[in-house]
Amino acid sequence: MSGTPDDTKPVNFTVKAPVYLQIGDAKADTAHSGVCVVDVNLPFGKPVNIEEVTFKNYYTAYVTVRLLRRNPKQEAPAKWCTAVRDLPLMDNPHTEGGSQDYYTIHRTQMQVEPDHVVCARLILRQPSLAWLTFSLEDIKIFPHTEPDPEKEVSDWLSDLTLTDQHPDLEGLPDPQTVSSSIQQMWALTEVMQTNQTTASIGRFDVDGCYDISLLSLT
Amino acid sequence: MDEGIELSLTIAQIIQRLRGSHLHSQIERQAKECLHQPDVKLESLKEDVRSFLKTSGWERKLQNAVYRELHIQLPPRHPPAPPEHLKEPLVYMRKAQASWEKRVLKSLNSMSTELGVPLAHMRPAAEQKELTNKWNEMGTDEPDLSRFRPVYAPKDFLEVLIGLRNPNHDSSEDISVRSHWGLIQVPLNVRDIPHLREAYSELNLTSGQMGIDDHALIHPDLFENEYVQIGKKVVMEEDSAAAQQYSRQGCPTGLRADLWALILNATNQPQDVMHYEQLKAGVIQHNLLVDNLIYKDVKLTASNDDYYFVFEDFLYQVLLCFSRDTAVLEHFKYNSATPPKSYIQGKVGDEECAVVYPPNGVIPFHGFSMYVAPLCFLYNEPSKLYNVFREMYIRYFFRLHSISSHPSGILSLCLQFERLLQTHLPQLFYHLRQIGVQPLRLAFKWMVRAFSGYLSTDQLLLLWDRILGYDSLEVVAVLAAAVFAFRAENLMEVTSLASAEAVLADLSTLKVMPLIQVFLFATAM
Repeated sequence: MSGTPDDTKPVNFTVKAPVYLQIGDAKADTAHSGVCVVDVNLPFGKPVNIEEVTFKNYYTAYVTVRLLRRNPKQEAPAKWCTAVRDLPLMDNPHTEGGSQDYYTIHRTQMQVEPDHVVCARLILRQPSLAWLTFSLEDIKIFPHTEPDPEKEVSDWLSDLTLTDQHPDLEGLPDPQTVSSSIQQMWALTEVMQTNQTTASIGRFDVDGCYDISLLSLT
Repeated sequence: MDEGIELSLTIAQIIQRLRGSHLHSQIERQAKECLHQPDVKLESLKEDVRSFLKTSGWERKLQNAVYRELHIQLPPRHPPAPPEHLKEPLVYMRKAQASWEKRVLKSLNSMSTELGVPLAHMRPAAEQKELTNKWNEMGTDEPDLSRFRPVYAPKDFLEVLIGLRNPNHDSSEDISVRSHWGLIQVPLNVRDIPHLREAYSELNLTSGQMGIDDHALIHPDLFENEYVQIGKKVVMEEDSAAAQQYSRQGCPTGLRADLWALILNATNQPQDVMHYEQLKAGVIQHNLLVDNLIYKDVKLTASNDDYYFVFEDFLYQVLLCFSRDTAVLEHFKYNSATPPKSYIQGKVGDEECAVVYPPNGVIPFHGFSMYVAPLCFLYNEPSKLYNVFREMYIRYFFRLHSISSHPSGILSLCLQFERLLQTHLPQLFYHLRQIGVQPLRLAFKWMVRAFSGYLSTDQLLLLWDRILGYDSLEVVAVLAAAVFAFRAENLMEVTSLASAEAVLADLSTLKVMPLIQVFLFATAM
């Protein structure tokens, strides 16, 4: 199991200002741009293996993620590849569904292995004219952490187990099965004792007092 | 998010919620007692206990409880999402809801100060005794309610919905001229007739319906007898999911009470009765200003209604207890509204003295008692009636008076009504706009009450069958549009708002299921 985002910290990176692409003359600003590119520069010299990318949407309809990967073993120059193509974030680009939701793109959802990534590029598309602007907020990239190796029990410990002597049983149940079932029942009682209820008690007053004069407006 | 992880999270959430509940301890007790049985063996303890629970019906009860939890469960949270995002994902709607709530609270505060009535205080002992004696006939009381006025009426809320704007929405050009016809200016995704036909396929012209095919002139062997037999089986099986599916084609009158209780998993066990008694004690002990609002609302609405005035006493018993029920506070996790807060004895800022007012966090408005009134026809025991109403409120009715982007929220229903009318009755919509009438202003009061008090009771219950069956309030918007379609000819001839209102004043003769069926499945596309 890889590390969860709760344990790992996101990678520190700089996000360049989003660039809205235009066709032809950049001065023609009467039409809204429907494509925006956000470059994410990961720390120089430290390629990242990406576990997941999280962000909050702000009216982006589709997102494409491209990664610049540099394989450390080979001397080949870094190559761009598409990790996620046109992932829909809004069911309908013209309506509110999904417009301000939080999203996670996990490495298993990516088309390529997001390892040794130097730079990421998010291409945002919003074809609808209904919105004034669109972007992604709060972009975080979490690195992939290797799981802890299984702790190996030393060989000499296993020599210490004694072989059982089987006593002469006649008509009595097998002690192994009895002890294992008793253990099961003991475990059941333990679980019952540790039950924590989420049910509320139902009291709305404080020590019997419920004298209120004004409601709080904050 | 990975589907397997989502499923595990959902299961963990449900277990957390059911752990420690009364059902949990009942099942444990049953499991312990079944150990005495001869066919339960030590070697296969787990499987034998499981099969015992299955045959004795306890597994089904657990299934129903899990099914109920799925209805009100929050979607699994992405780690960064704050809790308010689960209440309502759109920031501008959260803000609008907060400022609307502030208005309501200010109004309540000023009412309290003007009238000199505290928001809550303990009843003196003599008054408590008197109320206990009069509990079953509170309707005979004639307190002076002339100074009290409802905190808000549905039309005030409509103005707030009309004024909602998305700051990121480009409404500069006539990009969608349609949006300038209607009142709602928020671009929510609402379903049109082709999608509705798919979703509501059980209502199509070839399926039998209660409300159409149980008519006296149609031979019962064609549909009704067999349908009632199936209904009896569903009630005997005690399966919530089956009851919900069954209810899509309507419930036979004799089985409706049991079916609704199954769908909502509203039992009437001793602990439910005890809980109701505890609420009753809360009513007797403390007097709330909200109680006067409830009295006034019942007197103004239900008591004046030919169908519901007989239930006046029941309504007091249910609504007063409802305001004392802190279990209702749970639903604010997925409701965009927030319960009002206050401090006892004026100790503002002292969190130890912070309380919720009223205890259930819901401030009643004009017409609120109409959510309960139709249920009085189904249940005559106060604690069962109470449980069914509370479950219906926390699943559906709360969406009718809070600002949210949910598909069953009142905002989506209003937009859907307008869009359906604009798409399929454009001439009517245009004509009404020409004479200065906005159709939503006529239909809003129906939708906010889910048509309670406007339809005749048997028709209303058939409509609410479908709300439960499809777990959605969309059918309310569809019916509103269908009513306009039905009365379109008359409406095309009116020339003023007053005459439009007159055409739509009386809905008590309408049969809802034929209207909905024709509108959804027989409208020319």
